[in-house]
Formats: sequence, C-alpha cells, structure tokens
Amino acid sequence: MNAATATVADAAPPVIDVRGVLNRFGAQIVHEALDLQVPRGVILGVVGGSGTGKSVLLRTIVGLRRPDAGQVRLLGEDLHALPAPRRIAVERRIGVLFQDGALFSSLTVAENIAVPLLEHTAIGARDARRLATLKIGLAGLPQDARDKYPSELSGGMRKRAALARALALDPEVLFLDEPTSGLDPISAAAFDRLLRTLRDALGLTVYMNTHDLDSIHTVCDRVAVLAERRVLVMADLATVERYDHPWVQDYFRGPRGRAASAAHAGPVLET
Amino acid sequence: MIPVDTPGRVEVIAGGGESTVRLEGAWTLTHFATIEPQVQALRAALPERLRLDLDAVSRIDTAGAGLLGVLLGPARLRALLDAQPNLAPERRALLDTVGCAIHDIFAYSPPPYDGFGFVRLLQKTGEAVDAIWCQTRALLGFIGLVLETLARTLLQPRRWRIASLVVQLEQTTLDALPIVSLLSLMVGAVIAFLGATVLNAYGASVFTVDLVSFAFLREFGAVLAAILLAGRTASAFTAQIGAMKANEEIDAIRTLGLDPIEVLVLPRVLALMLGLPMLTFVAMLAGIFGGALVCVLAIGIPPAMFLSLMHTDTPLSYFWVGMSKAPVFAFLIAIIGCLEGFKVTGSAESVGERTTSSVVQAIFMVILIDALAALFFMEMGW
Repeated sequence: MNAATATVADAAPPVIDVRGVLNRFGAQIVHEALDLQVPRGVILGVVGGSGTGKSVLLRTIVGLRRPDAGQVRLLGEDLHALPAPRRIAVERRIGVLFQDGALFSSLTVAENIAVPLLEHTAIGARDARRLATLKIGLAGLPQDARDKYPSELSGGMRKRAALARALALDPEVLFLDEPTSGLDPISAAAFDRLLRTLRDALGLTVYMNTHDLDSIHTVCDRVAVLAERRVLVMADLATVERYDHPWVQDYFRGPRGRAASAAHAGPVLET
Repeated sequence: MIPVDTPGRVEVIAGGGESTVRLEGAWTLTHFATIEPQVQALRAALPERLRLDLDAVSRIDTAGAGLLGVLLGPARLRALLDAQPNLAPERRALLDTVGCAIHDIFAYSPPPYDGFGFVRLLQKTGEAVDAIWCQTRALLGFIGLVLETLARTLLQPRRWRIASLVVQLEQTTLDALPIVSLLSLMVGAVIAFLGATVLNAYGASVFTVDLVSFAFLREFGAVLAAILLAGRTASAFTAQIGAMKANEEIDAIRTLGLDPIEVLVLPRVLALMLGLPMLTFVAMLAGIFGGALVCVLAIGIPPAMFLSLMHTDTPLSYFWVGMSKAPVFAFLIAIIGCLEGFKVTGSAESVGERTTSSVVQAIFMVILIDALAALFFMEMGW
C-alpha cells in the first residue's frame, strides 16, 4: 500500500522544492547549487556529517534564512516573495521542531501548545487548553507536565513538548531537527510510530534531520545525504546504502550502520 | 454524498438491543468549537451497548479523533474499533494512537488563582518585606564572598585574569567615554545657565564659576558617571551572567574546577573600580568645560578669568571628595550587577526581571551612598 501511495505522490508537485540554493557565511560556502524535491506524504530523513549544514538547510526551507542564491518553494510558494498575510497562511500549514525545543520559557507547556491554536484558529481559550492536553498525551508527555515551565522539564520532555506544539495545528509539513536525540530508545521508538501513524492518517510530509540510524530504518521512506555542499543522493534506503561515496559507505557500513541494518533486516514494520 | 467540509456532527440512534453512535462530516480542528458541545452533551447519557458508525465521516484529524476518544473513553473506543472490519487502516491507526493517548481533557482545569482580598494583601506585603531582607542578606553574603576570593587570588599572581580585566575595562570604561563626557558637558551647561539666572538677580553671576566647579568636583562628576554606568554596565553584567546561567555555562565553569566568582566576577568588579574613577575624572572635566562654555559665551566671563577664579576659590580637597566616592560606587554597581545575574533561573522573563532589578538597585545604592557621603563630608568640614 505504501508503494502505491508513493507513486501517486510522485506525480503531484513537490511539497518542498529547492533549486540551485547557495548559502554562504562570509567566505565559507555551506551549500552550492543544492537541489532537493520532496513529494507529498513522504518521510524524508536528511543525514550528513556535523557541519554540513543540515540545520541551515532546514532554516532556509522554512523561510528563516534567505538563500544567497537559488529558489526555495514550500507548498508551492516562495516564502520570501509573498506578502505577509499569505506567508503566514503558509507558515500555519507547517510545524517546526527545533533542535533544543525552543519552547517559550515564560509560558507553561500547555500555554506553549495553546499559542498557535489561539493565534491561528477561532477556538477559545478553554478549548485550546483541552486540545493542548490532547497533544500533550499524543506526544507522550505525562499529564502533570502540563503546568510546568520548560526550565522545570528534562531535555527529552522539552523535546516532546516542542513536538506537541509543532503538531498543534495538524500541519501538512513537519520539520524536525534531530527529533530523537536525547530521547531514550523506548520514547524514540514511540516517536517513530507516532510519526508513521500521523503520516498515514493525515498525509503528513516530514522533513527530518537525523543521526538516528534506527529512525532511518523504521520510518524514513527516503533518505537524502548532504555532503560536498549539496544533496549527494536522495532515494530509498536500499539505494542510498549502495551509493558509492566514502562518507555514505562509512555511515551505513560502519559498525553502527551495520547493527541497525541487521536489526531491521526483517520485513518492514507493520503499521 | 456530504461535502468534504461540513462541520462534524454526532448523533445517537436508539435501536432495539443496542444504540448506534453515528458520526458525519469533517471532524477537524476547524470545527472543534461545533463538535465539542455535542460531545459534551452526549457523553453523560451514552447508553451501555453501542455500535459505532464512521462511514459518513469525510475527514478526521487528531483534534477530531481526540474528541471521539473523549466521547467514548479509551477502552470502549478500542473495543468498538476492533468491531469495525471495514475501517481504513490509516484511520484506525490514528484513532488507536489518539485514543490511547487521550486523558480526560474535560477534567482539566488550570491551577486556581490565589485571588484577592485583605489576607492576600497582607501576605503580599509580608512577602515583599521578607524579600528585601533576603536581598540584603544575599548582597552582604556576596560581598563577603567576592572579598574573600579577591584576598585569596591576590596572593597568587598566576591566577590574575589580566586579559579578562582589560576586555572588561575596554567595554565598561573606554566605550562609555563618549556618552559620559557628552552628558556631563550638557549638565554642566545647564547648571551654569541655572546659576547665571539666579545669581544675576544679585549681580553675582561671577559665582557661576564656583557653582559649576564645586558641583562637578564634589558631586556631579562622580554621581553622573556612576548612574550612567549603573544603567549601562550593571544591566550588561546581569544579562551576560544570566544568559550564561541559563545556558548552564556557570555549572560548566564549576565542574571544570574553576571558581565562577574568580573567573567572572573579579575581573568585572576590578575593571569597574579602575574604570569608574577615570570616567569620573572625565565627567568632571567635561562638566566644568560645559559650564565654562556657557560662562564665556552667555555671561561674558573670559576663559582666563574662569580659570583663575576656579584656581583661587576651589580647594583641591573638593576634587578628592568627589574621586573618593567613585571606587565605592563602582564596587556596588559591579557587585549588584553580577549578583542579579547569578539569580537568573532560566526563563527569558527572569532575565528581564533580574536586569530591571539590578539597574534599579544600582541607581538606588549610588544615590543613597552619595547622600550619606554628602552628610559625612559636611560634618567633617572637608
């Protein structure tokens, strides 16, 4: 069934469309002539060594950074060319989970999650609170975390609270920067399951920077490798694993890569 | 066929043995406000034996699935889903996930607010008084800690942080020179104008010279520089140390076997104690120059006469009276700035609160000490 939906999705215009992007910090060029197309409904894992600009690329795609050259279209729109109201309408349809959560430190967890609900929908404060409670449960947080401030939470709990906020509006595209780093393996597996469920039920597209080989094996439909200032290869895992490049081979054929590969060698997980 | 975006509806159709809960329309976030009251109303009177009919649901997202979970309760939702062979697998997975995560969202109420009233007023007053006491004790304790660290470090030249001291000196003193001199110049001119206006009535406008030089040597030089530094530097110290605290950098310093007081506080305190006297000197010069400008241009006292009048009328001790206060002000400003920084707890709000508090306290202390010093010097006849 997944294969069937993937082919249908390929025909539609890509949700994320990056063409010829150049990102430069002073004399240092991070990305050059970078192309990336992500079809709807795909869970894309972006891998790359530290310092290859995974976070920079994510920030460029969501419009936080204007590329020095090239074009980025998100949900068919160029965010930097849009007037403010239409840009907000597009931003409403995406959710972003930053690496350290980026929760508002002066608001409680429930208030953090209610922010997008109150700002972008017609629902009242009471309903926003109830929905926030629902999202807290969905993200796997204990309910007593609801009225705590981010500084009172552990790193993993902060991450889940941030996920709950990113999911608040049931976005069409979800951007995740290292979502499972700092989570224990059980939570990380639950996270992967949740991602898959939401993708199947809501047609979510997920763009995920990750180092977690288990996540790559269990949830990612596609893997993109960022190296040499561009997307070296983007394909399904089996193809990427065979790609002939020293870094890719080290990554997937190294001890950890082999262990993860062996663990997931059986049939692809049942939903 | 129902259009895709009809607001979701739910109804219970009573049958013979078992009732049917029938859902239709879009169960999405957009229609949350419409669906939620229906769920609330039906929830209490839901019959025991049920069938679930989801065929007419056009769309469902996590909000809608959550409402369904609330309506039926997690256990019953599970059981009813199992009795639905025709349900699309992705929809089943969503309902299953959400239903299992759902807690009773209607039971949730935010923590109660303490309320108002006389008792609350008394309580607030008590807390405020107690806070002042705690604050004073913390400040005295911190002063002791810094002095102790200073005494320990002084004996070991290896541990003097010269680079850090010089950087702080540049940021707090050199970079403050333009603003301190400009402001003092303008205040000097204003005082000269004021003096000229009042003294002219008695034909004594020549004493404007004394007014300006006395004021700036004894009081304004030191106080103006100190107040500017309290606004400019105490806040910077609080924000710097506060951000480091929030970022766990202070903890990192400790675990690396370093003393945050020695690394962060001492260079700042010493830099300010060296820098503020210099700034005070500049403020005195600039203020007197501003006064001299007004005397020369508006009152008609020639520059040479201004200088000779100042020379004969102003004792050198006035200069020392002013300068002696500068290191005291500097010590207090730096200590308060650093201490407030250490009190930051991690939220952006607390950085704001602590920075405000540090500037207010620093300015308050400067003016308080200056008033006490003025009394003391007057009694001593200095």
